[in-house]
Amino acid sequence: MNVPSTNILPMLEMDRLAKSFPTAEGGNQLIVREFSLKLTRGEFCTIIGHSGCGKSTVLSMVAGLLDATSGSIILGGKESVGAGPDRGVVFQSPSLLPWMTAFENVMLGVDQVYFTASKEERRQIAEYYLSVVGLADSMHLYPASLSQGMRQRVGIARAFALQPKILLLDEPFGMLDSLTKMELHEVLLDLWRRFQITTMMVTHDVDEALFLSDRVVMMTDGPEAELGDILRVPFERPRNRKALLADPRYYELRQHLIDFLNERSHIRPSSEPDFRPSKDLAAERATESTFMLSPQTTT
Amino acid sequence: MNALELKNVSKSFAGKNVLQDINLTVQPGEFVAVIGYSGSGKTTLISLLAGLLKPETGEVLQDGLPVSGPHPERGIVFQNYSLLPWLTVKENVALAVEQVFPNLRAAEQQAHIMKYINMVKLGHAANKLPKQLSGGMRQRVSLARGLSIEPKVLLLDEPLSALDALSRATLQDEISEIWLQTKKTVVWITNDPDEAILLADRILPLTPGPGATFGPSFAVDLPRPRDRKKMMHHAGFQKLRSELVTWLLDAKRRDFTTLSKKLVLPDILPEDLSTVNNLQFLNRRGPRRRGQEKTEQLEVHSSPP
Repeated sequence: MNVPSTNILPMLEMDRLAKSFPTAEGGNQLIVREFSLKLTRGEFCTIIGHSGCGKSTVLSMVAGLLDATSGSIILGGKESVGAGPDRGVVFQSPSLLPWMTAFENVMLGVDQVYFTASKEERRQIAEYYLSVVGLADSMHLYPASLSQGMRQRVGIARAFALQPKILLLDEPFGMLDSLTKMELHEVLLDLWRRFQITTMMVTHDVDEALFLSDRVVMMTDGPEAELGDILRVPFERPRNRKALLADPRYYELRQHLIDFLNERSHIRPSSEPDFRPSKDLAAERATESTFMLSPQTTT
Repeated sequence: MNALELKNVSKSFAGKNVLQDINLTVQPGEFVAVIGYSGSGKTTLISLLAGLLKPETGEVLQDGLPVSGPHPERGIVFQNYSLLPWLTVKENVALAVEQVFPNLRAAEQQAHIMKYINMVKLGHAANKLPKQLSGGMRQRVSLARGLSIEPKVLLLDEPLSALDALSRATLQDEISEIWLQTKKTVVWITNDPDEAILLADRILPLTPGPGATFGPSFAVDLPRPRDRKKMMHHAGFQKLRSELVTWLLDAKRRDFTTLSKKLVLPDILPEDLSTVNNLQFLNRRGPRRRGQEKTEQLEVHSSPP
């Protein structure tokens, strides 16, 4: 039997994902149309676009928090339906339970997902992840006594502690000031490198997208948003902000993204007969869909 | 003569040192940006300059004379706008103008108020209440009020931090333009390196608190008016941005208390909760293990909450 190795299979595949919402007039408004994207194992992929373009809708569909109107999501070779702890989500607001300490907030998920492990082991897991995000001293404080940045650290620890197959970040640093943001970028990258979790992030911060990602996916304006362009970020890892800011390519790539947002985000590839995809977008389109190898035939 | 001067100023609250050894001189007509992390004492610094707080040690001077309390010679703009909600835009500005220029005739006063409301491009909304305005427009009112008393020095405490990126950019450009027209002495508090570079003549970074003090001064030698798009490609801008950001991030790192902690990460796999009713859980005891348990001696950073 010729089973493809799991290493070449994408970790996450979105195939012609679409979402429409009913309108007040009784019709349907298409928000996202035929969004197809494949994330390789361990990749950090960022979706940027204007607010309201539907990027968070795509993320919510992958998280299982919204049902797709059509299309499918394949996670780790299996079709994914509904929400589950195999997809870790970090929202813009840390969403911590205020009557529980940081540690207890993390334990909430850990107790569920590692229910076969001993109590001591579960405690060790929560303590480990909280320490790694920089909360070794303050994990027994309540969210009210933590700064906004530290609360978001708890959110990151909580997501990683469950060892999800994929990490979904919905503007995780949107509420933070620019300096705290930069600190948390490094916390996130450190964990991402250590555990090599495939990550999909939504943001509208161009600098953030460039510093963190392997690929930046640009979405066209909504409604009926679609994949507009892809940019591969060539900087080697581990990334150093100082070196990055000194690299002349950095400002070129940054301008490319800003130009897309300012000038090209209204161009929809599907309705432009002579649309010419960029090199990186063409490469994505050329990769074969795993739908050709249906799961039934490989077992 | 320095427009503003802080000499060896320190300030603490409840025995906790917030600012120490602060030395600052601002030339007349200069635009100084102070940048720092949240909690580093930026608001304390502006309150000291405004005369709203008194330093424990050291002196605060304006034009060489000690500052003893708040005074209309120092206008102040707060992050939270601080407008009176039951007064219209015009009335909010009028409140300040009447206090500072009580001898103006009614017509002159009107003209004076409208001059500043028009300067911040709110002529069309002069009779609206704050709740009818967006965040960006409210901050314009606050700015018009600050300018209308014609202070020698304008102090701004993170005026744009509560706004979305788009309104922030618009206001940055407009404030930059107003500053070029009026050439007021400005002390601007921010936490955004890009904003500081775009607006200021000189940037002073604060070290992370407690006991914050100024780091090296960064002069911004970029031509004005500064176009944000062109600046991105300006070698001087790129270099300064990189230096400033690096300094700020390194300053925070120096501040870390590094503790070495023995952490254990059990190398177990999460259970697949979608198959909870599966019989496999009956056949095995304990979690699935990837390998041997790892014990790590880890250097972890921790910063105060």
